[in-house]
Amino acid sequence: MKQTISVLVENQAGVLNRITGLFSRRAFNIDSLAVGVTDDPTISRITIIVDSGNSVVEQVEKQLNKLIEVIKVRTIPEDKMIGRELVLLKVNATNKTRQDIMTICDIMGAKVDDISPNSLTLELSDTPDRIDTFEAMLRPFSILEVVRTGVIALQKGGGKI
Amino acid sequence: MKIRATAAIMECLLEQEVDTVFGYPGGTILNLYDELYNYKDKIHHVLTSHEQGASHAADGYARSTGKVGVCFATSGPGATNLTTGIATAYMDSSPVVFITCNVTEPLLGKDSFQEVDITGIAMPITKATYLVRDAQTIPDVMRQAFAVAATGRPGPVLIDFLKNVTAPSVEIDYEFVPWTENRKCGSLRSLAGSHDLKAPEPNIGDINTLVDMIAQSERPLLICGGGVVRGRADKEFKEFAEKLDAPVAITVMGGGGFPGGHPLTTGMIGMHGSQASNVACNECDLLIAVGCRFSDRVALQPDTFASQAKIVHIDIDRSEIDKNVLTDHHIIGSAKRVLALLNERLPRYSHPEWKEHILPLREPSRPRESETLTPKQVLETIRRLAPQDSIVATDVGQHQMWSIQHFHFDYPGQLLTSGGFGTMGFGLGAAIGAKVGNPEKVVIHTTGDGCFRMNCHELATVEHYRLPIITVVFNNGTLGMVRQWQHLIYRERYSETTLDRGPDFVKLAEAYGLKGFRATTMAEMEQAFSAALEAGCGCVIDCMLDMDEMVRPMVAGGAHITDFLLR
Repeated sequence: MKQTISVLVENQAGVLNRITGLFSRRAFNIDSLAVGVTDDPTISRITIIVDSGNSVVEQVEKQLNKLIEVIKVRTIPEDKMIGRELVLLKVNATNKTRQDIMTICDIMGAKVDDISPNSLTLELSDTPDRIDTFEAMLRPFSILEVVRTGVIALQKGGGKI
Repeated sequence: MKIRATAAIMECLLEQEVDTVFGYPGGTILNLYDELYNYKDKIHHVLTSHEQGASHAADGYARSTGKVGVCFATSGPGATNLTTGIATAYMDSSPVVFITCNVTEPLLGKDSFQEVDITGIAMPITKATYLVRDAQTIPDVMRQAFAVAATGRPGPVLIDFLKNVTAPSVEIDYEFVPWTENRKCGSLRSLAGSHDLKAPEPNIGDINTLVDMIAQSERPLLICGGGVVRGRADKEFKEFAEKLDAPVAITVMGGGGFPGGHPLTTGMIGMHGSQASNVACNECDLLIAVGCRFSDRVALQPDTFASQAKIVHIDIDRSEIDKNVLTDHHIIGSAKRVLALLNERLPRYSHPEWKEHILPLREPSRPRESETLTPKQVLETIRRLAPQDSIVATDVGQHQMWSIQHFHFDYPGQLLTSGGFGTMGFGLGAAIGAKVGNPEKVVIHTTGDGCFRMNCHELATVEHYRLPIITVVFNNGTLGMVRQWQHLIYRERYSETTLDRGPDFVKLAEAYGLKGFRATTMAEMEQAFSAALEAGCGCVIDCMLDMDEMVRPMVAGGAHITDFLLR
């Protein structure tokens, strides 16, 4: 089961290392990880997606709480989460196919960042599911390169962690 | 007030009331040692033969005194030589502050001479690591490091100072703040708000739930774990056990948390646990584990562990709950505080039938009549001749299990053993730390020929500081515990475990300026040990034992706790 863990940490060298170390020593894989500074420049927020059972996530959450550099840890439940990911995608595009690709972009709400005689570079920010769909739709045109940021997430409503 | 950065480091040690450090100097830590020269009347430095010895000594000092141990080492190999000692302290939750120095800032990350990323290496084996690049942060980092090492579940912390930070020309603002006031200043003030930099206060509802569970129980069992020892909760534990009138099983790390000779003691539990402990664990209806982490050497088969019981876990570290064994109830807090709250609320119970069923099983097997010396005879002789409050430091293997099974430990810090990490070569360093911290006590170091050979160079430290430590070598010419497994599980294929080699430990002791004895019979052992107690200097007694002696009882790893491979 995919779970989203949101961690507030002190913005210092080595913190990310310590946190990912907790996952790797238990030999389980992080699906995605996104780090960025918050409104307070001394604090960063890390959003981690793992595919694992409840007991494993609970154990990691407890271990994270023990780290001095960790300020807060929260698992965000699926139904209470707003999760977004950004994708940049370079796809083969000729005079023949460009219009079909643009139709897909219109439907999905993607933006064109760059154009060349034989390629288009597209940008989409959406849920991971919809980004998967977007990618699948473009695959027949031959995708040249893809980069995804990993999910960032906040809890719905006025509350904060 | 402006003072030298290195003086601030020393003053910060004095803030924490540190009067003893263990260590070994080198190139990058020269500035710190130069400052130590000014402080030599206030801070006693014990120079070991090897950084590993210093790390175990600081650990042994911490375990035996209950204070925070301190250990210095230089960069590169000096720092990496500490790592086994750091991991040993981490696994057994021993509070030690390790201080290393690294190369200067411009050389950092350039594969400079004796450079290593020790904060990176030590990350998974410490509670926290600090790389100090700004001298002005020294007081803050030092105070935080000691607070982190000592509070909550204790453990090691590493501080790595860049050499330029410690340069004699660097001065910083510094005010002496006694450790009791540390939390009111600097980063500790804000950390105390966001972290449990204190023992968590137990939930009274959780306490009352356990009081009710106890009232329902007819066959309760207590496990005394390392948390009772680290938390110095022995008095509260004893009162709790007596009020509950329940058998008490003791883990390796719990040795000294409950009197070993107490009528309720069932002895060790787990892989080499007694019949009484293991059977009680299997048949009890309520298991209360205090400060233990259900390691794979205790909860050999987690799914069937105490399968008839409701399991209650009392621990200071929330991340231990449901980690290895699923529990029915837990209380978060220090053993001392939780047990005191329980004792206030608990009536006196009596479980005569249950005790009658379990306690007779602990009857130890009698020492075999033997022409040659046996491990039991060695231990029996030590127990008879040494003062009951002697501190025992062990290495790892058969002699360790025999020592813990045989001696009765009565107070926290009396048994020093590497339970979690199983570090061969831990014992002599730990004994040095214990003797330095407890000069009035007799300190006995039990070891095997394999373990002793690993760090016996610390005999030079024993001699130099005139520490009358008695080393008893269980010399069976083999890596006994590994051989035992090879005998039982690997069809007697004794691959690379026979230690048919030197040195002659008696001559070795003499070469270091100590006294050496050899014992091949019980009478020789008695003579040697009596002489060692009187010698007033370090002694080594080389006890010649049969290589096929085995630790009994034994349950194989991963097997059901009453499935004894050996009885």
